[in-house]
Amino acid sequence: MQTTITLTVDGQRRTATVDTRVTLLDLLREHLGVVAPKKGCDHGQCGSCTVLLDGRRVTTCLAFAVQHDGAEITTAAGLGTADEPHPMQRAFLDHDGFQCGYCTPGQICSAVGMLAELEAGWPSHVTRDVVSRPQRTPAEIRERMSGNLCRCGAYVNIVAAIEQAAGG
Amino acid sequence: MAVVEQREIGADHERRDGPAKVTGTAPYAAEHPFADPAYAHPVQASIARGTITAIDAGAAAAVPGVLAILTHENAERLASDEDQEYWVLQSPEVSFRGQFVAVVIADGPEAAREAAERVEVSYERRDHDVVLRADHPELYAPEQVNPSFPTDTEDGDVEAALAASAATVDAIYTTAANHNNPMEPHTTVARWDPAAEHLTLHDSTQSVHNVRELLAPLFGLDTEQVTVIAPHIGGGFGSKGMPHAHDVLACLAARALPARDVKLALTRQMLFSVAGYRTPTIQRLRLGADADGHLLALVHDVWEQTSRIKEFAEQTAVVSRGMYAARARATTHRLAPLDVPVPSWMRAPGENPGMYAAEAAVDELAIALGIDPIELRIRNEPDVDPASGKPYSTRNLVECLRRGAERFGWADRDHAPSRKPGPDGRLAGTGVAASTYPVYRMSVSDATIDVLPDGRYRVQIGAVDLGTGTWTALAQVAADALGVGLEQVELQIGDTSLPHASVAGGSSGITTWGTAVTEAARNLLEAHGDHPDAGASATGSVSKNEAAKRYAMHAFGAQFVAVQIDPDTGEITVPRALGVFAAGRIVNPRTARSQLIGGMTMGLSTALWEQSVIDPVTGHYVNHDLAGYHVATCADIRDLEAEWIEEDDPHVNPMGTKGIGEIGIVGTAAAVVNAIHNATGIRIRDLPITPDKLLTAGL
Amino acid sequence: MRPFAFERATDAQAAVALVADRPGAAFLAGGTNLVDHMKLGITAPELLVDVTRLPLDTVQEHDGGVRIGAGVRNSDLSAHPLIRERYPVLSQALVAGASGQLRNLATTAGNLLQRTRCVYFQDRTTPCNKREPGSGCSAIGGHSRDLAVLGVSEHCIATHPSDMAVAMAALDAVVQTQGPDGPRSIPIGELHRLPGDTPEHDTTLAHGELITAVDLPAVAGASAYRKVRDRSSYAFALVSVAAVLDVTAGTIADVRIALGGVAHKPWRAATAEARLRGGPATEEAFVAAAGAELQAATPTVDNAFKVPLARNTIVAVLRDLCTREH
Repeated sequence: MQTTITLTVDGQRRTATVDTRVTLLDLLREHLGVVAPKKGCDHGQCGSCTVLLDGRRVTTCLAFAVQHDGAEITTAAGLGTADEPHPMQRAFLDHDGFQCGYCTPGQICSAVGMLAELEAGWPSHVTRDVVSRPQRTPAEIRERMSGNLCRCGAYVNIVAAIEQAAGG
Repeated sequence: MAVVEQREIGADHERRDGPAKVTGTAPYAAEHPFADPAYAHPVQASIARGTITAIDAGAAAAVPGVLAILTHENAERLASDEDQEYWVLQSPEVSFRGQFVAVVIADGPEAAREAAERVEVSYERRDHDVVLRADHPELYAPEQVNPSFPTDTEDGDVEAALAASAATVDAIYTTAANHNNPMEPHTTVARWDPAAEHLTLHDSTQSVHNVRELLAPLFGLDTEQVTVIAPHIGGGFGSKGMPHAHDVLACLAARALPARDVKLALTRQMLFSVAGYRTPTIQRLRLGADADGHLLALVHDVWEQTSRIKEFAEQTAVVSRGMYAARARATTHRLAPLDVPVPSWMRAPGENPGMYAAEAAVDELAIALGIDPIELRIRNEPDVDPASGKPYSTRNLVECLRRGAERFGWADRDHAPSRKPGPDGRLAGTGVAASTYPVYRMSVSDATIDVLPDGRYRVQIGAVDLGTGTWTALAQVAADALGVGLEQVELQIGDTSLPHASVAGGSSGITTWGTAVTEAARNLLEAHGDHPDAGASATGSVSKNEAAKRYAMHAFGAQFVAVQIDPDTGEITVPRALGVFAAGRIVNPRTARSQLIGGMTMGLSTALWEQSVIDPVTGHYVNHDLAGYHVATCADIRDLEAEWIEEDDPHVNPMGTKGIGEIGIVGTAAAVVNAIHNATGIRIRDLPITPDKLLTAGL
Repeated sequence: MRPFAFERATDAQAAVALVADRPGAAFLAGGTNLVDHMKLGITAPELLVDVTRLPLDTVQEHDGGVRIGAGVRNSDLSAHPLIRERYPVLSQALVAGASGQLRNLATTAGNLLQRTRCVYFQDRTTPCNKREPGSGCSAIGGHSRDLAVLGVSEHCIATHPSDMAVAMAALDAVVQTQGPDGPRSIPIGELHRLPGDTPEHDTTLAHGELITAVDLPAVAGASAYRKVRDRSSYAFALVSVAAVLDVTAGTIADVRIALGGVAHKPWRAATAEARLRGGPATEEAFVAAAGAELQAATPTVDNAFKVPLARNTIVAVLRDLCTREH
């Protein structure tokens, strides 16, 4: 079954007519040529496909594109460019927060979304008291970033990068 | 060999491919701009052993968008069955569950996948055997173990030495099967151009030249008729060191659909049966020492599995041949041929599982003797390599242990294994282990350097950066070899149109490619002077290292780990890990540190989480995804540091490097299990150590 | 994955009508479980009815307690002041589940209706009575480390994977639905079921019956959720415990305990609760009560560790709640 979808991707209005089975991830990668979100597991188990969907971090592999008609999507390619990287991207470069780079665009989108969640006062699994406002500690960052697997093992550097981008 | 002046080597540089990677614009195999690609989706065998009796592709062919369905009945005949892993769609025989039995090619991935689900395959099943046992009736000794070590060794009379020992350890250690699981699943985009008679692959591989050389003959092609391109790959950890069956499948699909790019991206689940993995191991360690802790005997016997169709013999006991100055030493490897997927390289094959068992046994011996485990290791430091009898080019294990001990606060450690109270009511303990990895230099690699019109230097070599930092570090090597700044060097890698290069594996990349690049630079400067004109060009090749005849060459390290354990639940956390390494010259401290902490992170993963569970009945690895196969998450890795000691080794290669891709993982797991024992008094000898094992052992 | 048609529902009644009329239709909310299963080929709806744009996305005070809209995203629910202040056990359970990204998609109703993570259920090439009734259970005698020890049958030993539902079970939540025959209220203990000889049915919902809200009654006492898993985050529970404890002068006025990771449904530990109510809040009492609850356990060799693990975790959670109460 074909369906026509219009999205705003990295600031551009994009329209595509696709099978209802096409996920947001495959729409971006195979139909719109936006390859920043990566396919690592296709089942919500690695976080490589993370983008900001209407401002919130989500995995795109478990979302049918048709369900998100009209949405606004920001990928790592829309956060910044090689010449003018987003502060989070700059911090990942400074701290070598990656090796192979495959999980990296997802990590970066996730980190940006995560800091907004922390700013909004959302609790996490390591927040000692869910009633009070969480602090931006390394433990909070690590827990909140655990939906993004990095097989190269760059976690230590990723946490350092996020602390830098968040303002020390 | 003259050592060049080092200005860029040792300098901290940001990754040259970094800006593209953080913005998601660095193209991986599936991401190059392909016009109107087709999509291939494999069908896998649902039995572990037997024969295909019929394939009904009728319903699959009726799916709109399907372009072709290939099976053993209609696929192109390959030219050689020498390597049965690559004998894809050539026979009705099924040798392991998950083997490719068909492939569907369609206009879109959704149609290809739907049709693949609709292919009906009938089988005549035969009994299968997928369980490794040390008493397996078909155990055999391979001719050699990976890559070319003797299978067994014996020096001295180990039985007599054990009998004469004041203290002994005799224990069985086991490790689970592990899967490499790079974040980018194996992907090949193949295109056959019939007019040009040329096959082009965009492949996620650690060696473009390996892929070309192994695939071309299968299709009756000369190597020049095949191009393989891999500018960026999303990790590999050995699983992309060789082409696997999916590379052949993608080529078969492309040849059936000429002049069209055919994308074949494995699903995460498929990786568990067709892309290599680390064999499970059963290891028996027997150590004997005199009362002062001097090793009299060291015996390391290993049982592991291989597939029936292709042998892979992991060199698990080789680490015990040269590590310590035991007077009598013996090692053996035995393989059980099973109806399992083909095992292959996974980060530090041999050293990772072997050093876990050996260094846990050393810890047990230290406790039996009442000697500090660091002191025990120092007392057994050999003067020359026990395996070869040659002196070491450099061996700084003792310095790594001492530096680490000081940084980690080892002096305060209570060595007695017992329940030790830690913070928040948890149990706490620490552990140490040594680490080693050989310096490998591959035999073939060539580089070309051209002086560009603007005076910069173009360095070409068909190497691959799998996240290791080659794009940056090899350019640093070239800059020093040419005597110019890094910005003067334009590096080109990742393409078979570039000069031949060896695999990015065995921690051999910089050693091998760097030597070739240095040689090319020397030839350029010798022929054209220190300031060659535009258009000047020279090539260079890696040579055999003559010094290797005189010296044993290895990197060493010391791993320190602190653990905390919840006494109610057995949950284990690692609040701190420190690795100190002696690995020759460090080319780029920033990327090197990443490799070392990455190795240690994977080592913690080996110790605590990673296990591929095979079901004896169904015959496959059942936890075949990233929810079922646990690797470390960000929350699991807390205070983890790597550092290195300055090591000046004039013998290894012109750069003085030893390789750092694997040393970081070696020994980490032993340090973890030794720490758990220290914290609880419970010795678990079966990896990974999960909460259930501690609870069952009476935590 | 099989082709499917897609409809966006405009109101709950219309959504119910769309699905109830077609045996092959299903509701689609966050998608994090359903899309997963469609990719694996273990379910193949021919029509998906999107219910995410229905006005079911609020958390409000209701009848002395709180009413949670079925479409409220897990992350919003965990962060909601009413939940954090009144039902911390629920907030804790939510943030113990999945990942930040998945919680931003997953909904309250979808979380309740998650299906088992049993590896055989998820692999259509293996026999599974839940996926294909009558085909057999591969987990019995197979890889069962993660599976059930309580309330199992000879046909199925699957576990329910939700964390949120375990907290809701301890909170005596009531699930509100809209069905083809009208609305109904289902105590959460009656929503999920044990496998028996029909493990294909996870819940007592009829086809086309839509969860519209979950009501939480007022609760007294302290509450907490403890999840035990192999790694520190982003993993399903080996065992989890949700507990509410109200202690007055050393005596347990009320206690409610639910277990995750041990059964085909969130397991309300009624035996343990009955032993504890009115008795002393002591370690000995907790150990005895937890032991009594687990008397009925029938583990496999692989998951026998869950019996001491569940016992220890119950005791640890109650001990911790006691400490906090005083």
